[in-house]
Amino acid sequence: MSEILIHILVPVVIFGFIALFTLFAVYAERKIAGFVQDRLGPMETGKYGLLQTFADILKLLQKELINPKATDKALFIIAPIIIFVAVFIGYSVVPWAPDFIPANTNTGLFFIMAVVSIDALGILMAGWGSNNKYSLLGSIRAIAQMVSYEIPVGLSLIAAVMITQTLNLNEIAYNQGILSSESIKFLGIWDVTDVGGILAWNIFQAPHLIVVYIIFFVATLAECNRAPFDIPEAESELIGGFHTEYGGIRFAFIFLSEYAMMFLVAMLGVVIFLGGWNTPLPNIGGLKLADWTTGLVWGIFWTFAKSLIIVGVQMWIRWTLPRFRADQLMNLCWKVMIPIAFVCLAASGLWRILVMN
Amino acid sequence: MILKTTIHGFATAVKGLLLTVKHLFGAKKSRESRDIRQADYFEKQEGVTTVQFPHEKMPIPEVARYQLDVEIDDCIVCDLCAKACPVDCITIEAIKSPEAIGKTSDGSVKRLYAAQFDIDMAKCMYCGLCTVVCPTECITMTNQYDRSTTKLTDLIYDFGEMTDEEIMKRKEEWTSFQADKEAAKKK
Repeated sequence: MSEILIHILVPVVIFGFIALFTLFAVYAERKIAGFVQDRLGPMETGKYGLLQTFADILKLLQKELINPKATDKALFIIAPIIIFVAVFIGYSVVPWAPDFIPANTNTGLFFIMAVVSIDALGILMAGWGSNNKYSLLGSIRAIAQMVSYEIPVGLSLIAAVMITQTLNLNEIAYNQGILSSESIKFLGIWDVTDVGGILAWNIFQAPHLIVVYIIFFVATLAECNRAPFDIPEAESELIGGFHTEYGGIRFAFIFLSEYAMMFLVAMLGVVIFLGGWNTPLPNIGGLKLADWTTGLVWGIFWTFAKSLIIVGVQMWIRWTLPRFRADQLMNLCWKVMIPIAFVCLAASGLWRILVMN
Repeated sequence: MILKTTIHGFATAVKGLLLTVKHLFGAKKSRESRDIRQADYFEKQEGVTTVQFPHEKMPIPEVARYQLDVEIDDCIVCDLCAKACPVDCITIEAIKSPEAIGKTSDGSVKRLYAAQFDIDMAKCMYCGLCTVVCPTECITMTNQYDRSTTKLTDLIYDFGEMTDEEIMKRKEEWTSFQADKEAAKKK
């Protein structure tokens, strides 16, 4: 009985977290946009505009659900659900703290790649079902972009997996800190199994993973359709892209999934490259900083802090760089990122065979 | 070639990112309002520029040219302002008077009553032509600009001071004067 309760409780908690995170992130996004442009951002609703996003979501929830006449009803209605569910399921295999993970599966990383790509299907359904040329253009762009960028994401993950030798995200996180069962070597030379901290992170176990992480970060930025890769939404060209025809709670769900996706890829990058829930503080002689800052609560804190910093960087980039042109987007993916990812893949193999043995 | 453009792209992106982060942290304080005649006016680029309008207002000169105001006691109801107005936002209805009513502050003789003197500020485009043509300078622009209302008709400013009975009385006066004149002609 209690097991069923846990199975119900966990998704509810994660959903609640996604909703709260979205509210917070939209507020942060608007504030960052304001500050970058020497404005103040929302200031009127609540102190410093803190209640602005709550007011927004209340408005969206009250709105009428409009079904334009010429839409493909079934696709139009199901699309937001599919888009959201695809991202939502992704949270099921990402660890928050040592052994604190909704589903500890051996194929976690593979699973996450598989379900998150369903997102593209939902976007195509939304664009096609809307029966609106802008929506369709937006969704076609989205598909072209997401299918292309799936490849560098996959390659960068393979490069990382060759180092970690497991697809289990829980184990990947374990093997980057003091709780590791295997020996960890900083840059392949210095044994830091008992030192932990930032030195034990994957990007420092094999330094070429820094490049891989940059590729992963840029490619996932494109996967979430965030600026500078936001040509599927491109509000200045396509009104709203694939979500032009959506309003009310359906739009809220599309929005929710966009922000959930941001946090999911940030968290995934953190788990695979940046040590997951492991502390950045190493043990220095008698100062057992790493031992003191490892645990359930600390794990959740570090996951949160690292992921939020990455989300912050995503926003910072959004308000700095202008949008890519469609051909530049494809150029960057196929001619630059994929070749570099392949080189890194080879480097990972060599590193594993020659250095990590 | 493509590698070169990519590296260049990354380098410029980093440059842009550094610029925005500078502004992000520069937003901790507001930008002070400075005199444009200062030599380093354009040097100071940091800080929030927003003026949170209803709570804080920018200083404006006393002689600023915003909403119109009419000193109806000085008005001779010549209708010039209504004729000069490019958007026809001034509506004037005059009633003639049998004899001079009085004098304005600059000595012009008033011979007309202003039964209606409405200015629709929603239509007004603040060109100031009416103030130029006014012979008695009774219509002026003020430094008042903040008149937000929820009803559009609130922006029709009624400067006429006459009550309905007064208007009726003056109209009757004029018609009886006309009738007397007609009768005198017939004799």
